[in-house]
Amino acid sequence: MGRTVAEKIFDAHYVDNPYGDIHVIKLDSVFCHEITTPVAVNDLVSRGKDRVYDPAKIKAVIDHVTPAKDSKTALQGKIIRDWAKRNDIKDFFDIGRNGVCHAIFPEKGFVRPGYTIIMGDSHTCTHGAFGAFAAGVGTTDLEVGILKGVCAFHYPKTIKIEIIGTLPQGVYAKDLILSIIGQLGVDGATNKVIEFAGPVVDQMSMEARMTLCNMAIEAGGTSGICYPDMNTVDYLWAFISDEYESKQAALTAFEKFCPDADAAYDDVITIDAGGLTPQVTYGYKPDTVKPVSEMDGTPVDQVYIGSCTNGRIEDLRVAAEVLKGKKISDAVRGIVSPATPEIFSKALEEGIIKIFMDAGFCVTNPTCGACLGMSNGVIAEGEVCASTTNRNFFGRMGKGGMVHLMSPATASATAIAGHITNSKLYNA
Amino acid sequence: MKNFNGQVLFLDRADINTDEIIPARYLTEITKEALKPYLLEDLKFDGFDPETDISGKSVIITRSNFGCGSSREHAPWALEVNGINLVIAESYARIFRQNMFNCGMMAVELSAEEIDRLFAKFSDKQTVIETDFENSRFIVKADGKELEISFSISGFDRALVKAGGWVDFADKNY
Ligand code: SF4
Repeated sequence: MGRTVAEKIFDAHYVDNPYGDIHVIKLDSVFCHEITTPVAVNDLVSRGKDRVYDPAKIKAVIDHVTPAKDSKTALQGKIIRDWAKRNDIKDFFDIGRNGVCHAIFPEKGFVRPGYTIIMGDSHTCTHGAFGAFAAGVGTTDLEVGILKGVCAFHYPKTIKIEIIGTLPQGVYAKDLILSIIGQLGVDGATNKVIEFAGPVVDQMSMEARMTLCNMAIEAGGTSGICYPDMNTVDYLWAFISDEYESKQAALTAFEKFCPDADAAYDDVITIDAGGLTPQVTYGYKPDTVKPVSEMDGTPVDQVYIGSCTNGRIEDLRVAAEVLKGKKISDAVRGIVSPATPEIFSKALEEGIIKIFMDAGFCVTNPTCGACLGMSNGVIAEGEVCASTTNRNFFGRMGKGGMVHLMSPATASATAIAGHITNSKLYNA
Repeated sequence: MKNFNGQVLFLDRADINTDEIIPARYLTEITKEALKPYLLEDLKFDGFDPETDISGKSVIITRSNFGCGSSREHAPWALEVNGINLVIAESYARIFRQNMFNCGMMAVELSAEEIDRLFAKFSDKQTVIETDFENSRFIVKADGKELEISFSISGFDRALVKAGGWVDFADKNY
């Protein structure tokens, strides 16, 4: 019987099978940020075990609230900063060099096909875009990962989503994943890995694949996974060129982690992207999804473009294309947070930052910012935000606030109109 | 082992997410104790008021997909520091469920029918649950009546509860 991607990765990282279908696997990397790591660090210190399994395999960043906004967040930053120093963690990104974890770690070349990665962050599934098994975990799993370099999971079951056809003009990976979550429901993939496959995914850039995998967790999925191909190799080439003779050789090595033709899936779903239109959420769960056209006219107070879902250069380019030469509505506050310093620099070079500023957007430093309502754009009770982020829970962006999730193109069009609307790129 | 007995808080809604269990604005706390006053602060539905309904409760009975959303372990911690170590639901989000057992707490699944029955029979009464961990059963008590319900958790979950959590288990074994 053939194996899925996740099964191959699990088998290659096997440590133990203590009970039933529980597999303890070896970790290639443990990612850390300043919200969930400090409690793990404090616990390790109090246990007298302030050490890490391998400093080279631990990557850490301050991204959720940066610069620190008050004494408490300053202390969180200090704990992770001091810990990284004490434990000789070289890949630690502090202010000035920091960005949203799921954007900056891939950009630094830390993810490879076949890797196992955990992080105390639910959107760790993003890194599956590279053909890795990457899962969000809680602080205790993180703590054990840091100390021992292992994590326990149920041996994975997989849903394969085959996306056929072609995405219409003005319709993006974000619209696709919103519509998929709408179909699966918020627990449709609980305890399962989602493999995203088919011609539409084959055509996608790594950025778009990250958008797709990023929201696998919103359907409950443990990890989203795309198959490694030449796009993956091209993206990683700067980091791996001295490990492989040629791109083809790298591809051959990575293809070990593609699924077998006779792999057994829990479910196989085929989706035709051809008929898809821009999508938006209307409720307080990410599976409450409608076509944008049905929500047209819904007023918003704030528009947020950024996050690990849609704060990458491609996203900013699309947003800028809609905004170019336009002003956003007086009724709307626009905020954009390029996800990493490198993305910020590129956007600056390409004139994208100027387009945002001329349109009336506030451009912030790279950070999670408004996404989780802790800093940089918290909304007031009763306010509505059109957002390119991934969560719309009641109060997510500020107590009593409403968030509508959408693509960067839709968010820009919404900023100009002052209410939810389709972008002119759609079917242009 | 932690305490798995006590008064029941019934939460009659599905998909209660971790933002509702403990809102993101409290994630700047670096001790578990500091989370205590904020448990379920953003959970709003008819028949539940966090101000009055949480005090004195040690067990939660709720519907499906409890603990979805953010991976924050602050959610189980906020329960733990309020003396709630046991949640009984139809199903859970993966990370939340794992976090519970990783902390030596219990997130037990019962069938939709059994959950329905518990709501129908007990949610309007002062209800107490006693957990017989060794024999995998709950004894549900209200108005002088008793109901016995058996549950099953995996060997791994059981080992974590006994060890007091995953750090101790992993430290011993790996
Ligand atoms: S951008 Fe939002 S969803 Fe992504 S890691 Fe930051 S807080 Fe989490």
